[in-house]
Amino acid sequence: MRDADPDTSLTASIALDTVTVRYRGAVALDRVSLSVAPGEVKVLLGPSGSGKSTILRAIAGFVPPTSGRIMLAGRDVTALPPHARGLGMVVQNYALFPHLTVAANVGFGLNARRLPKPEIAERVAACLDLVGMAGFAGRYPRELSGGQQQRVAIARALAIRPPVLLLDEPLSALDAPLRAGLLDELRSLHARLPELAIVYVTHDQGEAIALGDRIVLMREGRIAACGTPRSLYETPEHRYAAEFFGQANLLPVRLEACHRDLAVVNFDGQHLTVRTASGSPAPRPLLCLRPHAIEIGATGPNRIAARITGVQWMGPVQRVQAVAGAHPLRIDLPAGQGAPAVGAMVTLGFDPGRACLVAEA
Amino acid sequence: MNGTGPGAGRRWRRAITLVPFLAAVFLLLLYPLGLMITAAFRGAKGWSLAPALQVISSRVFASALGHTLRIALTATILCLLLGFVLALLLNLAPFRGAASLGRLVDAYLSFPSFLIALSLTFLYGNAGLMTALLAPLLDGSRQSASFLYGFWGVVLAEVTFYTPFVLRPLLAGFQSLDPALLEMASGLGEGPIGVVRRVVVPALLPSLLAGGGLCLLLTLNEFGIMLVMGAKNVITLPMLIYGDAVQQFNYAGASIIAVCDAGLSLAVFALYRLGITRLGAWLAS
Repeated sequence: MRDADPDTSLTASIALDTVTVRYRGAVALDRVSLSVAPGEVKVLLGPSGSGKSTILRAIAGFVPPTSGRIMLAGRDVTALPPHARGLGMVVQNYALFPHLTVAANVGFGLNARRLPKPEIAERVAACLDLVGMAGFAGRYPRELSGGQQQRVAIARALAIRPPVLLLDEPLSALDAPLRAGLLDELRSLHARLPELAIVYVTHDQGEAIALGDRIVLMREGRIAACGTPRSLYETPEHRYAAEFFGQANLLPVRLEACHRDLAVVNFDGQHLTVRTASGSPAPRPLLCLRPHAIEIGATGPNRIAARITGVQWMGPVQRVQAVAGAHPLRIDLPAGQGAPAVGAMVTLGFDPGRACLVAEA
Repeated sequence: MNGTGPGAGRRWRRAITLVPFLAAVFLLLLYPLGLMITAAFRGAKGWSLAPALQVISSRVFASALGHTLRIALTATILCLLLGFVLALLLNLAPFRGAASLGRLVDAYLSFPSFLIALSLTFLYGNAGLMTALLAPLLDGSRQSASFLYGFWGVVLAEVTFYTPFVLRPLLAGFQSLDPALLEMASGLGEGPIGVVRRVVVPALLPSLLAGGGLCLLLTLNEFGIMLVMGAKNVITLPMLIYGDAVQQFNYAGASIIAVCDAGLSLAVFALYRLGITRLGAWLAS
């Protein structure tokens, strides 16, 4: 599957054209095409081994494509070594130079470009100020916390004023509160650098939703789905996208009728109405119900009989486990709402506009 | 505290277990060293520095000291350069068989040094293969092509033998070098030479210091290679000691030179320890 807007490759900050990467015969990337527009934040999301980091490394020049082309601002850079590409990159373990101070780390790329010393000092100070590390210029990386090291790594990548910033799971080594804080900082940083294109690799869908203008969902070296966070969440195309992106309940149904944007499906003898996004669904699709989209004790037209098998308090929500026929379901209720007793028979319901039909594969 | 409790008993037992170790150190190390120092500074008229000063001020001693230092420093520098280049090739441009080569280096460290000298004589000696091949390119004389018995021949043999002593700590240093650092440096715009200069060399500085220090200590006291090669024009301190003690039965003279040689080694070792300590303190600060 191709990423959207392939025609923008000439104006895009980055464009990959049917790039394949093989490691000793094993395919790590399989004919991947995508583009990133100036100012766009594109998130590559997927499990380990899906090829998302390989895309980033191919863009940076650390992995040579077996076939295909990589374009930077309309220029073919496939054969260029990393040092000639001028891209900023931040990796999971920060990779700060341990023998250099924070200021020397941030100025590393500027020294490599042989810039005058006053200009280097000025740009280093500005970048450290940008990431809130102005008072740490003389320290060594070992004297900084993980979050501070990550800020320095971002400042180092931005100091060379790259057109594209590549971020390879930059927050995964940090604890949850720090991760949330840095995610906010990344968003505000991007707001201050609106022309900067960002390619962000993660396996965390929360980070993907929070940061991405568009998300590319990867699977086994290929693009499995691509779209805005909302479109991927609300109308996933297939089982993989629905399950990886937001823990969907997927029920096997039989299509009975389809009229305009509404479809009638049969689940265990019950007729259910679902809004369809576009086109005609497959004859045996899956009904995708998000946990928070299901009501308990419904009186509307869409009704599913189910038995409650468990209730778990999770802070802001209560996770209710139920079984409809032979199919397990997860339901999220607000914490203040009374939960049914375990073993109770209930009627579940949903709004046709909050469910969708997805393909099996 | 009356010194009779269980703690005092433990201390006594610990002290008693140390006795065999201390006796062995005394018998095998301190006693012979003491004899050597006595032989160096005690003559028929009692203790005196005069014989030592006479030996140290001689042209033979100055020449041997000069050769020792020149050969050791040159061989160490060349070992460091060659070892560093080999370590770079093995790690940054790995080739088929690189792992086997690493294991071969480990095996090589177990070889005796004179074996290398002996094998080099088959190549560069008077009747050596390379000498025969090089002779027509020089002035036709086999003797002139045989550089093995001069300064550079000894250095070649020592570099051949001691490079793995530098290579081994460098390979270990590379193991702990995060490859992401090299990629980041390259991504930030630094070319291959700049990456080596600004990232690899600082990261491997402790390994370079350890390998170089060890190599310098060993080359200062190299005897097997010198003995087998018989390089008459480059007599070093160990060869001078051997000549005085074994060939001329001048034990007093040999002892004086040996004390100087030991002092030189200790000074180098002290410098090495100081360097390592300073570097360690800087890295830990």
